Amino acid sequence: MNQRIDAALARILPRVQKPARYVGGEYNQTVKELSGVDTRMAFCFPDTYEIGMSNLGLRILYGIVNRMEGVWCERVFTPWGDMEDEMRAAGLPLFALESHDPVGDFDLIAFSVGYEMSYTNILTMLDLAGIPLRAADRKGLHHIVFAGGACTYNPEPLADFMDFFSLGEGEESTVEIVNCYRSAKRRGLSKEEFLWELGKIPGVYVPSHYVHSYKPDGTLEAITPLAGAPEKVTKRIVQDLDKAWYPTEPIVPMTEIVHDRMNLEVMRGCIRGCRFCQAGYTYRPVRPRKPETLYEQAVHALEFSGDSEITLSSLSTSDYKYLEPLTDRLTEYCAARNINMSVPSLRADNFSRDLMLKLQKVRKSGLTFAPEAGTQRLRDAINKNVTEEDILKTCEIAFAGGWNNVKLYFMLGLPTETDEDVIGIGDLVYKIYNTWKAHAANKKRGVRIHVATAFFVPKPFTGFQWERQITPEEYLRRCRLLKEHMNNKSVEYNYHEAKLSELEAVLARGDRRLGAVIEAAWRRGAKLDGWMEYFDYDKWIAALDECGIDRHFYTTRGFGSDEILPWDSIDPGVSKRFLLRERERAYRSEITPDCRHGCAGCGANRLLECGVCDP
Amino acid sequence: MSRLLFAKEGAAIWSSHLDLMRALMRSFRRAGIDLKHSQGFTPHPELSILMPLSVGVESQCEIAEFTLAEGCVLPPEEIVSRLNPVLPAGIRALDCWEGGRKAGKLAWLRARLTLAYEESEARDPGSGDGGADSPTPPRSAQNDRLEALRELFARPSLTVEKHSKKGPVETDIAPMIRELTVSAAAGDAVVIEAVVAAQNPTLNPLLLVTAIETRLPEYKPAQVRCRRLELYDEDMQVFR
Repeated sequence: MNQRIDAALARILPRVQKPARYVGGEYNQTVKELSGVDTRMAFCFPDTYEIGMSNLGLRILYGIVNRMEGVWCERVFTPWGDMEDEMRAAGLPLFALESHDPVGDFDLIAFSVGYEMSYTNILTMLDLAGIPLRAADRKGLHHIVFAGGACTYNPEPLADFMDFFSLGEGEESTVEIVNCYRSAKRRGLSKEEFLWELGKIPGVYVPSHYVHSYKPDGTLEAITPLAGAPEKVTKRIVQDLDKAWYPTEPIVPMTEIVHDRMNLEVMRGCIRGCRFCQAGYTYRPVRPRKPETLYEQAVHALEFSGDSEITLSSLSTSDYKYLEPLTDRLTEYCAARNINMSVPSLRADNFSRDLMLKLQKVRKSGLTFAPEAGTQRLRDAINKNVTEEDILKTCEIAFAGGWNNVKLYFMLGLPTETDEDVIGIGDLVYKIYNTWKAHAANKKRGVRIHVATAFFVPKPFTGFQWERQITPEEYLRRCRLLKEHMNNKSVEYNYHEAKLSELEAVLARGDRRLGAVIEAAWRRGAKLDGWMEYFDYDKWIAALDECGIDRHFYTTRGFGSDEILPWDSIDPGVSKRFLLRERERAYRSEITPDCRHGCAGCGANRLLECGVCDP
Repeated sequence: MSRLLFAKEGAAIWSSHLDLMRALMRSFRRAGIDLKHSQGFTPHPELSILMPLSVGVESQCEIAEFTLAEGCVLPPEEIVSRLNPVLPAGIRALDCWEGGRKAGKLAWLRARLTLAYEESEARDPGSGDGGADSPTPPRSAQNDRLEALRELFARPSLTVEKHSKKGPVETDIAPMIRELTVSAAAGDAVVIEAVVAAQNPTLNPLLLVTAIETRLPEYKPAQVRCRRLELYDEDMQVFR
């Protein structure tokens, strides 16, 4: 343990909130003898410990890198504001949780980025580590900074800060990247030489190898790869999930994290194709794990960690092919040991209703639906294939079975949305309330219907990647309209912060010019933007002004279908042609059947060696 | 019902009482020791901790109470030997026994406060990293400080503002202190060892520091280290 840092920590920790998140030492963290380590990697998650430790990608890559001999991967999270202040006052640099050594001593600084509003946290962390923010200011192989994760499918807003990006699933590519780095260090390569070597690894995107030029109207004129750089970089995937390493011996946090339970990933990808959903497109192709593999992983991880809760996770777990055999075996195992099993993202269909009742034997969790839109027309337009009938039927069974708590998630500002669609949400909620009145097992306890609306943010690599975002004012008008149509005291309505979603839209579809804006906002004190305690819209508006960037260019303008998009150098599997087709179908409120009812030809199957999805 | 005596030190001191409960429950599962669960809709394991410990405080005398599940028969020594390899860093199982004194018989707690001043470090004298045994050159500033602190804790009444759920409350802590010594330690540090009320009401030893901060602000320490040493009954017999 680093003694200088520990002495400073002993003074600081009594004064900060939740100090346990800054000390490490959890059960089964990886500690290596430095004499046997030639390469040190700091796995940085640009959010708090509680969020970061709940991230499956971190758990997987931490394990995979630490399985490599001679390489030690440690964890680093963003300190909360009180801790950041204390660290700066004490001159304490950002340190890694395992060794407490300064991050500035590490070779590879990796960021896992899953949320646009965490971009400033990356700068906070680099700055606290004493590492130059911009890639161009970092010379040599000493600090190589890179990023991966869901946000990096549009890497451009972070291009100034990152030496390279690792696109898609990192199980294999991260090992290749680390080995490429070790070889470069041994051979004494320059940073430039190393980046060219690295660029040969599939899935690695080196932004400095691409020149972006703009037209007078601000749209992209061209993206020109330097000689030797590929036109497009295709994301990496794991071919066989049953053979992929999985963290069945996880770190067990000493303080409560957001997802404080064993996470069993049953499949990757989603068969549904909701047109607004970036994960639904970018996690394709659909690949399930075998139920035998999953059962073994679950039992091993539960016994190893001592967790008393397990969740079957994926983008749409009720679409997991072998859900029934898996849950049959697992409920038996769990019930005998007082372990609670939860299956999130269940759809409102017949099988899910049976499963819901089965799970209730262990513990009754809340009932949650995400219809996303209030009318069937709009649900068809966004390809959210859930019907009012399904929702009401499921509610009926649940209310009769004693549930009295429903959560409903919607989006406002979806393409083609009219006031009729907004009012439609109120109508659906009213029907759910009437269903409760007609079928409740016990009316004395009342019913709580929680309605939440999010502000639609168009994301890259979705059927809606070209769409306009409505203004925050218009969003709030629609929120008020909805509220007027839901005056029932059993209904609780919450809506997302409009300004936050507006900036999220700017960053999500941002180009390279946004790097300066992110830095300017951060210099003005923007940090932990995803947290309402810290989010400060004015700092961002001032930063946009300072850089001469008009936010509406990225939000209300909409992108032309023939426009060069900032993320055009990236190939996530699904083709642009397919996404355009999905957009056209949305305008006609025409659904696209899920992958199992006929292949829609998205193109993601090209990534599979066998060429067949969902085996 | 059985009891487990354990220590909480190192990185583990920064986790809260609830965090510790979760960590112990998981550790029992990892050790393959089945606990009895409560009946009802959300069954909870029967495990509790006698005296919740504040965040940042070390202890070598924590007691947890638990009930083994029916059919889970294990000698107490085996519970200790099974737990230790799977406990998180800083938590050590020290002893285990069946039964035990009624919790209501717990009366006194011995604690040690190590106060560090200026740039000196609060090293715990008991942990073998220097401390009380090392000779400290007599310095007048240190002597003044010791004298002032001894005088403070010799007062017949010593009211301190305590933060309760209903806001600040004035409490006289003097009657809740049974014994107290102030001594010098290495590097200009001061060690206060005290026997204070463990319950009805409890005196959090850190309130002794609050008393210094409010009554003798010039002797406010730069850093405090607090460690629970032992639990006693009304007759100062070790409580188990």
